[in-house]
Order: sequence, then structure tokens, then C-alpha cells
Amino acid sequence: MSYELRVNGVEFEVAAPGMRRLLDVLREDLGLSGTKEGCGEGECGACTVLLDGEPVVSCLVPLCQADGHAVRTVEGLATAGPQGPVLSPLQAAFLEAGGAQCGICTPGMLMSAEAFLASGADPTEEAIREAIAGNLCRCTGYTKIVEAIELAALGRGADTAPGA
Amino acid sequence: MTITTRPGPATPVSPAAPSPVRLPRAGELARGHARGAPLRREGPAKLTGTALYADDLVFPGAWYGATLRSTEPHARLLGIERDADFDWSRVVVVTAEDIPGDNVVSLIIDDQPILVPVGGEIRHQAEPVALLAAADRDTLREAKARLRLRTEPLAPVFDPLVSSQVFAHFDMGKGDIAAGFAAADLVVEGTYRVGHTEQLYIENQAMIAVPREDGGMTVTGSLQCPYYVHKALKRALALDSERAVVIQAETGGGFGGKEEYPSLLAVHAALLAQRIGRPVRMIYGRHEDIAATTKRHPAIVTHRTGVTREGRIVAQEIDLVLDGGAYCTLSPVVLSRATIHAGGPYDVANVRITSRAVATNTPPNGAFRGFGAPQAEFAAEMQVNRVAEALGISPLELRRRNIYREGGVTPTQQVLRESVAAQEVLERAAEAAEFERIRERTARERAARTASARTARGIGLALGWHGAGFTGSGEERMGSVASVELTAEGAIRILAASTEMGQGTKTIFPQLVADELGVPYDAVEIAPQDTSIVPDSGPTVASRTAMVVGGLIIKAARRLRAQVEERTGRPFAESYLHDAQTWGGTREDERFEPYPGVHFDDETYTGDAYPAFGWACAVAEVEVDLDTGEVAVRSVVSADDVGRVIHPVLAEGQVEGGTLQAVGYATIEEIKLHDGRYLNDRLQTYLIPTAVDAPRIDAILVEAPFSGAPHGAKGVGELPMDVGAPAVVAAIHDATGVWIHDLPASPERILAALDGHEPPGPPGISA
Ligand code: FES
Ligand code: FES
Repeated sequence: MSYELRVNGVEFEVAAPGMRRLLDVLREDLGLSGTKEGCGEGECGACTVLLDGEPVVSCLVPLCQADGHAVRTVEGLATAGPQGPVLSPLQAAFLEAGGAQCGICTPGMLMSAEAFLASGADPTEEAIREAIAGNLCRCTGYTKIVEAIELAALGRGADTAPGA
Repeated sequence: MTITTRPGPATPVSPAAPSPVRLPRAGELARGHARGAPLRREGPAKLTGTALYADDLVFPGAWYGATLRSTEPHARLLGIERDADFDWSRVVVVTAEDIPGDNVVSLIIDDQPILVPVGGEIRHQAEPVALLAAADRDTLREAKARLRLRTEPLAPVFDPLVSSQVFAHFDMGKGDIAAGFAAADLVVEGTYRVGHTEQLYIENQAMIAVPREDGGMTVTGSLQCPYYVHKALKRALALDSERAVVIQAETGGGFGGKEEYPSLLAVHAALLAQRIGRPVRMIYGRHEDIAATTKRHPAIVTHRTGVTREGRIVAQEIDLVLDGGAYCTLSPVVLSRATIHAGGPYDVANVRITSRAVATNTPPNGAFRGFGAPQAEFAAEMQVNRVAEALGISPLELRRRNIYREGGVTPTQQVLRESVAAQEVLERAAEAAEFERIRERTARERAARTASARTARGIGLALGWHGAGFTGSGEERMGSVASVELTAEGAIRILAASTEMGQGTKTIFPQLVADELGVPYDAVEIAPQDTSIVPDSGPTVASRTAMVVGGLIIKAARRLRAQVEERTGRPFAESYLHDAQTWGGTREDERFEPYPGVHFDDETYTGDAYPAFGWACAVAEVEVDLDTGEVAVRSVVSADDVGRVIHPVLAEGQVEGGTLQAVGYATIEEIKLHDGRYLNDRLQTYLIPTAVDAPRIDAILVEAPFSGAPHGAKGVGELPMDVGAPAVVAAIHDATGVWIHDLPASPERILAALDGHEPPGPPGISA
């Protein structure tokens, strides 16, 4: 069977079994290894991608379910600039606030955060924590991740940042 | 499988350096720094998905490897049988007989085999017996199911208190314990137990072995200690140093869990790759990772404490037993740290601490953030809080009367000459958390509480200390080397085997060198952690990287600067490019020299157990659901003395992350066992705190510098792990009036205590 999906704005036609995990399609067939596997059973959120804008755990999504849909991964966050990729404001906020330590949870975390920001919800601490409740991080204690998302949501610059 | 793409072909993954990533333009939210400190060096790669972890690396033609494990806790291996109906030509099987070198995982003692040989003894449920590899995962899975072990069962031992096999033991103390108890007005006794817990780095263990043209082997993977793996690889494959190469891939967390286990996994992958003559990938799934890799040592700690009416602790008698699991691994070193820290940060005149680490038929336990100290200090702080209750003195005040101050003497007879910040962290945390004020409020709430109350709030405090770097003469024996070079091309490069696993090595090292040389942060490069490139700077453990290896590179940079300035007669920053052009490259290697005035005697186990100690205090607030026994930890204030802060954002990140691990240890993390096997060996059943469970964490960094390190740093990673759990359990007591002696303080334990029932079985023991 062959399936069509749009990944980070590029159309792909993938000939693979329909039950193949979207995670493996992205990582192995399309070479987009930014999306990570932490458990393979929907518990850690490291494999989170956006399917038509909604966060899903790609280890539990079969390829056939993504057929005809738009997938967005961590590789799709930065924008192309004349001298190479430019970090999105969310990525920059993570970098400056210290939201990524070992970085293995980061791609999934960013995608959940991206969906939260796009929803336009009020970025209270509680709402942010709810939005990333499915993404486990063992390094940060979440404090600086929440701070980074807050920072990106407020779209604030340096000097008004929490802790600045 | 075919992939067609429009408009262009899918880009293949390549391990080439990612293209440089820029921050958004001015005005788009770009400070370009982390609160005045540099941005994490490898941050952009991690944030764009271009950082390459082991499983992201592509090696064409690689096969997949798997491990056949025992399913019994203790047995004699009689044979490994292959199903005759299976086509074995598509698979490679490696057993103990195929190991070219020694069948041991090189560590402290040679007791752990790489694979159990036929005729040998299986000592735990997840013990590797054979290895398999195939070109695809389906064949591999099928082949594994077609292998059978023939065994003869042996009687297992699960209770560390009855185990007769002792890996290590200590007996240390000072003063006169009998006289101490004679002088006491009150004696408090208690036994505290903690079970196995899992590091739960989010990236599972992963290694890829690639045969080299020179007949050697290159192994790339997720690891903390390149030279531990290197040593194990050389010995198992009978290779010389040059033909065994170990490279660290980007590593998705370690917390001690990637200290010793990667040696075994690397050797497994290498044995298969050597046999097939192609790359072999061994990437664990979560289930195998939890089932087979090392856990925090369970401990049983018994305290007897003598105290005067005025609140002066005059005698401490402590016995500590660690369950090492089936093999020795690092248990003697974990035990020595646990023993030295067992009394807590208190200057007590009469102390006796006895301890032992014993064998049981469970997978070997190993390093996990804190390395024995969190277990020992949980018990010590429980005891101090109970003493405070018994005396009717505030836990804060009792500590003030007993903490170490400069000139204090530890149980190893170490005189604490400098850098003692027990009081400062205590006062800073208590003040920031408004400990006494909130404690008065929770006491009023408790007094007014009626039987219909559904929740109860409480506050608790714990104080801790953590010896910086290796214990005793470990550092001297290791003789670590780190280097700084100016290349002939004019690049400044740090060469060290210290790994980045999220804690910030790749950021703070260039910071330290840039400061020393007076050049911008971006002008300093860091060489890859590849044993063919960097010297042996020792393992990335024991919070030693900033203090010990950081000190080495500062000294190397200092010498480089002096050399260049002498040759050019101008400041380094202005002259180094010219110097490189004229004189070619210069490399300065710095080998560890003992810190002045620091001595330890291994024979008597007395002296300066650590060059300095870090100090930490946590204050936790909880809310306990009196119907369900569930605990919500609302906030934790953690004040941690790290010597000198090199990078405030990274250091706070360590305190926050360590604190949450401690909260998990206190409340939800528990491995349950049956017949020596971990029952909850999946992420569905082994729970760690989520963003919603996590408290608000307020990190306060305190600086009491250590004069022996050129930059004063003492390390930060492990400190917060020592104090979080006892603070949370003290807060549960403050809320409910009951003491939970065993970790975790789970709903079952809390409900049993509230109802006055027998608590559920002790943690860490197999049913
Ligand atoms: S890998 Fe998909 S949720 Fe963990
Ligand atoms: S940064 Fe390591 S798991 Fe989140």
C-alpha cells in the first residue's frame, strides 16, 4: 500500500505497511530522526508530533491513520533564513530559559508546547503544565520548561523575562 | 519499501555536523544569552532535532542485535538449545565460548560474566546468556523465541538481611559510644527502608558497534564514561588501546544509570559485530531497559540516637545494609559513600557506623544520582526530625544546635577546615520558605481538624551534605588528564573525556577556558568524547566534572596562556592567532594532583574522605488527601551550596531536576518484585512525576567556595537528591501526625499509618 502525507509542508508518498508506526516512518523512511522514541507505548511523549495541528504520540499512530493528513515535527519549527535555519521564538525561549537539558524529551515537548501556543489559550502556569502533562522530562523538573513556554507565549523580550 | 517524494527526494540522515542555527532576529524574542551566561552549546542542535543520539545514527548494512536472558533468579545453566526447525543461517548467535578475551565485565572485581557460560551459574532473572543478530527485526524476534535454556534451579536469596555473601563492609566512628549514650537524656530508635528505583533517563540504553579495518572495534553509544567502556571492550575482545575506540553519541540522560551498564552493552554489541563483520545496533526498548539495567540500591538503615534535653545529639549508632543485587559492580564504593554520609551533617562527639553491602538474586544495583547518600541521608534526616518531635524542639532549631561548622570533625576524623555552609543553606531555605511561620499555621490547622476533614497540609525540612568528587584516594588513584590546545590553525580546543548528558559540560568547560584565556566563549571549541581523540579524564560521575576536570582545564589553559604570552610578549587574546601561525600548535596536558593538605588513609579509612562537602537544605510543602492517602507536593525550596556557580541557569536546572527526582523517590517511585523479577518494568507501571505532579521548585544557589579548586566549584548534580525525600516525608508527618518509615510514602503506606494498620511489606524485597 502507498500512503500520502504532508510532512512539514512537503508531500511524501510512502509505500509501507499501513500498520507501520508513524514514528518509524518519520525516523527511518523519511530520515527525520528529530522525533524520539522513549517507551513505544504512549507513555512518555518523546515521540509527540502534530497531526493536523493536534499533538499525537507517533508511536501509537499507524501510517494509514496519517494518510492524507499533515504532520509537523520538530524539524518543521525553525524557519529557513539566508544563513541557515532561524530558531522559532518557542525554540529560542527554550534555549534562553534552559528548557532543554539532555534534549531527548525536547522535540516532543516543543510540539506539545507549539500546539498549546497555537490554541491561543491563556498561558497560565496551570494551563501550561496541563498542556505538557503527557511529555515526561527526567532532567529539568519542568520549572524551566514552563518558564520557556510562558516566555514564548508572552512573546516578551529579554528584559521582561521571568528571572531576568 | 519505496519512498517517493515531491518535490525532491527525502533527505538522508547523515551524522554530519548540523548546519549552524541562528536565533530569531532582534525584536523577535532574543536575548542571545541565558541570564547573562552563554547559551547551552549544543542547545540549538537539540532544539531543532539535529542532535544525533545513538538510535539516530545510520550505519548502512547494520544488523540488529538482541539479548537472550535467563528467566530464573538462580540456576545452573546446563545448555542452550536451538530449535531444529528454524533456519539459523539467517542469524548469528554468540555465546560465552565465542568471547575472544576474558568473560568478565571489567569493574571493581571480576565476578560478572559478559554471558553466562554453559555449566555456569545464573544469578538473576535478567542475566544475559546468549546474543543474537539478524538483518531485520522480525527474523531477530523469531530466532530469539526459538532458543531455549536448559537449567537446574538453585535456591535464591532475596532478603539482604539473610544474605551471607558480603561485597564490602565498614565499621567507622569516633569518640566513645557507650559514654555518649550514658550522657543522653533521651534515646530514639528507628529503622528506615528504601527500595529499588529506576534512573529513567528518557533515552534508553543504546550502543552501535562497528568493526574497524585494523581488526579493532569502534563503539558509539549513550554513555557517561567513555574510558570505562574502553577498558571493558579491550579486555573482552582482547584488543589493544588503539584498536578499541569508544565514542559518545548525544546522550539522553544518565543520572548514574549510564555509568556501568554501557560497558556490558557495548561488549555485547561488539561481540556480535566482530562475529558478523558488520555494524550491529543494540538499542534497548523501555521494557528491557527497566528489566535488566541497574537500579538504586535498596537499603535498610537502623538508627539509635542519644540526645540531651537541650537538644544536643551526643551519640549516634547506625547500621546500614545495602542490597547489591547479583554482582558486585560498584557496590563497595556506593557503600562507602553511604556509610560516610550516614550520620548526616551533624557534629556528634560519639558515633559508630557499621555497614555492609550484600548479594541477592536480583539484577545488580548500581549508580544513581547521589550514589548511596540519598538512602543514608533519608534515614538520618528522618531520625533527626523524630528526635526534634520527641524533644518538642523545632526541627530547624534542633539542627542549628548540631550542624557542622568550620573545625567540625566527621566520622572519618576529617576536620572541616573550610567551605562549610550547613548553616547558610539551612537559614536561607527556611527563610525563603517561611518555615516557622507556616509550621505554626499547619499546627493550628492540625489542632482544629475534625474527623470530617478531607485534606491536610504540612511543611517539612531536611538538611544534607554531599562529599564533592570521588571518595577517599579515588581521585589520586585515577590520575585523570584533561588538555587544552591551541591548534596550528589557531583554534582553541578542550580535550576531555567528560561527557555531556544534559548537565552542561559542553557549556561550562568553554566558559571556564574562555575566562582563563580572556577570549570570547565562542572562540573555545570542545573536542568530541572519542577515546581516540581525548585523554582519560575519568568518568562523568560523582558531580566531579565541574570541580575536578574543570579545575584541570583551567590549569591547562593557564599554562597555555603563559606560554603564548611569553613567546609573543602580548596578551593571549591578541596574540594567539599569530602565535599559532608562527610556532604551530601547542597542547597542555594537565594531570590531577592531590589537593594541598587533603589526605586519606585507605587502610584505616580515616582522613579527608572528600576534599570538600557541598551542603543542601530542602523545605517541602504538601497536601495529603486523607481519604486516598495521596500526596500532592505543592512546593519545594532547595538551597544548595555548590562552591561557585559557573552558570546560574544550568546550576538551577540541576537543582530543580534533582529535586523532582527526590520528590518522585519520596512519593511514587517503587519497583515491586516477584521471584527476583521487577514487576513494574514498563512506563505504564513505573511512574515518574509529570509536569502536573511536579511542585513549584525554588532553587537558591549558595556559594561557599573550595580553595583547592582554582574556580572554587564543588559540584551540584547530586546534592538536591539527598534532601528532597526526607523533607517531603517530614511534611507528610506535619500534615497527618504519622511517620512513614519506608519509601515511597505511597497512598497504601499513608492509609495504613493513618488507620493504625500494619504497613504494606517493606520496599525492595521480592515476594
Ligand atoms: S515513545 Fe511514544 S509515547 Fe513514548
Ligand atoms: S531534558 Fe532530558 S528528559 Fe527532558
